[in-house]
Amino acid sequence: MRRFSSVPFRGTKEQERELTEWLEQHKDMPGVAMPALQKAQEIYGYLPIEVQRIVADTLGKPLAEIYGISTFYAQFSLCPKGAYKISVCLGTACYVKGSGKIYEKLSQKLGIGGGECTPDGKFSLDACRCIGACGLAPVMTVNDDVYGRLTGDELDDILAKY
Amino acid sequence: MYRSHVMVCGGTGCTSSNSDKIAAAFDAEITATGLQDEVKVIRTGCFGLCALGPIVVIYPEGSFYSMVKEEDVKEIVDEHLLKGRPVTRLLYDETVAADNTVKSLDDTAFYKKQKRVALHNCGVINPENIEEYIAFDGYQALGKVLTEMTPEQVIQTVLDSGLRGRGGAGFPTGLKWRFAAGNQADQKYVCCNADEGDPGAFMDRSILEGDPHVVIEAMAIAAYAIGATQGYVYIRAEYPIAVHRLQIAIEQAREYGLLGKDIFGTGFCFDLDIKLGAGAFVCGEETALMTSIEGKRGEPRPRPPFPAVKGLFGKPTILNNVETYANVPRIILNGAEWFRSMGTEKSPGTKVFALGGKIKNTGLVEIPMGTTLRTIVEEIGGGIPGGKKFKAAQTGGPSGGCIPASLIDTPIDYDNLLAIGSMMGSGGLIVMDEDTCMVDIAKFFLEFTVDESCGKCTPCRVGTKRLLELLNKITDGNGTMEDLDKITELAEFIKANSLCGLGQTAPNPVLSTLRYFRDEYVEHIVNKRCPAGVCKALLNYKIDPVKCKGCTACARACPAGAISGTVRQPHVIDTAKCIKCGACMEKCRFGAISKG
Repeated sequence: MRRFSSVPFRGTKEQERELTEWLEQHKDMPGVAMPALQKAQEIYGYLPIEVQRIVADTLGKPLAEIYGISTFYAQFSLCPKGAYKISVCLGTACYVKGSGKIYEKLSQKLGIGGGECTPDGKFSLDACRCIGACGLAPVMTVNDDVYGRLTGDELDDILAKY
Repeated sequence: MYRSHVMVCGGTGCTSSNSDKIAAAFDAEITATGLQDEVKVIRTGCFGLCALGPIVVIYPEGSFYSMVKEEDVKEIVDEHLLKGRPVTRLLYDETVAADNTVKSLDDTAFYKKQKRVALHNCGVINPENIEEYIAFDGYQALGKVLTEMTPEQVIQTVLDSGLRGRGGAGFPTGLKWRFAAGNQADQKYVCCNADEGDPGAFMDRSILEGDPHVVIEAMAIAAYAIGATQGYVYIRAEYPIAVHRLQIAIEQAREYGLLGKDIFGTGFCFDLDIKLGAGAFVCGEETALMTSIEGKRGEPRPRPPFPAVKGLFGKPTILNNVETYANVPRIILNGAEWFRSMGTEKSPGTKVFALGGKIKNTGLVEIPMGTTLRTIVEEIGGGIPGGKKFKAAQTGGPSGGCIPASLIDTPIDYDNLLAIGSMMGSGGLIVMDEDTCMVDIAKFFLEFTVDESCGKCTPCRVGTKRLLELLNKITDGNGTMEDLDKITELAEFIKANSLCGLGQTAPNPVLSTLRYFRDEYVEHIVNKRCPAGVCKALLNYKIDPVKCKGCTACARACPAGAISGTVRQPHVIDTAKCIKCGACMEKCRFGAISKG
């Protein structure tokens, strides 16, 4: 997975204000760094180095520590996501029912690998681990929409909806 | 008073197939027909039979509607709720007898052999309403503990019940509590592990979605037992419904004075907070989980000191898993003897499994320990679809192993599973049929652990990667018989030398498949063949010239231009050009293309 994004940072003053206000308020909470990064990702959609620096500076922690946490957890993304986030479940139940092939097909169709975003910023593709809808295996999600019992033939129709 | 209750499953599985809209449609339709004072719609937790979702159950009859669609709602309201005639067409077929009478759910193969203890409120109550939980004896155990029992008596009861950790390792819960109780400190913590990372397992999530108060109550009981005043639930951020319901439950419990200061007027104080995980499998390991709650990289640390001595923020801490907690209030209310009457001597009680993979009744099942795998697969699970043969069941996820068909009569408990090279794990149970390649499955789990290894210790970080490379060599057709010995040696080394449970169990999927399916490995190495037809590099697609009608569909589908032939003449695949994507086989209507 790529750790740095080639997309220039386009954060706004409002976003920065929202984040720093939250940080100032919660500064003394035990174990604040993780919720802080979760909040930052909620505001910006991802965690570019510029945002990590804001978090580090406001909390008075070294950037290395914040970067260390950002890169440790799968939920944190250092690259921007597409307007439509596609996740294919590669949990065991989906995998034995062929979700690996669905993932490959999507990757081919979109021309991007896992963790990447299409150049127009529309779709991004990720593999995820079990969303718990094993009864519908194999499953993929596009933002909050869930598509189950996939065969692979319906992918074009699904993508065309967005 | 309502004369009927419409229970709509609000678990993640059914929500994914639009149960929200179905519940809303029921509400609208019931209001439209003027039944709103007679019939109540409730969104519950998981019923378990996820394969048939979305599920709607109507009481008092207990009619079990499966795969309900929005357009069916009007018919159910008109026929069933207005006229009292169940819509047999939509009922779960197993509940409809030959003479069209409706059988009880408990008589169906799926539910008959189950015993719901941890799940007993799931699908029964509205998880977002504390009063429904209280009506089903909720918070009675906490009341009993605080007013009638000493902390030592609580610990003794849990110890006597023989309850073992349901997160996987099976450590006696009471013992854990006793250790933490024995350590003096100004502050102690109670934690709940709801970071269900095992792919394909969703027991803990279903409990939190269907019965969040049971976890809160149990944690308060544990806090009283060890002398803690603060608790944390560490839960995956990927479980939005569970997080939401738990938040509601915590707020309601605070409102009712069941969390906070001076609970039940006894002077006992306990409060609870949610900490969101951020997707790291290693955080299921107890020391890593605590490091993560502290807001750091979730890396494990060596034990001792054990968390009972030095845990969260350096204070004595106990950590139990969601399902373990879900058993505690019932043990307190019904007694240790009652709990021991279920299951086996060394593994009393029940276990919840998430049944998935190649099985008819995918879903959540709770069975007494000691039930055989055969009962789970053939009776409860309804067997394997498409007339395929059972090949193996995988338990314990990336830390567990595969149980082959020859051991299908093994009674499932902690010790038996360990003895056959698997482990209980958190409760994922994935069924595999003859189309599953065991080398590929071993690789699948190892890719997972390589991805999730935190990198702190070398045996796990480097070892699992080298192990994966050896497996890749085999599935690419370049393996040698010596590789099998290397794999075994390396796997044993990783198990013996890794810092935490992740590394110590990571080689299990490889070792257990090698133990029971060695011929499949050998077939890959010696004959360069994948018997299940999964490993791409070893596959060759062929067109049967007798069956081929020359319709050209395959040639048009081939992205590599590897298929040639003229119309109405048998086509041929150029294996040098073929990228083995399988597109041709999907398009062929005559079954003329085979792989092998």
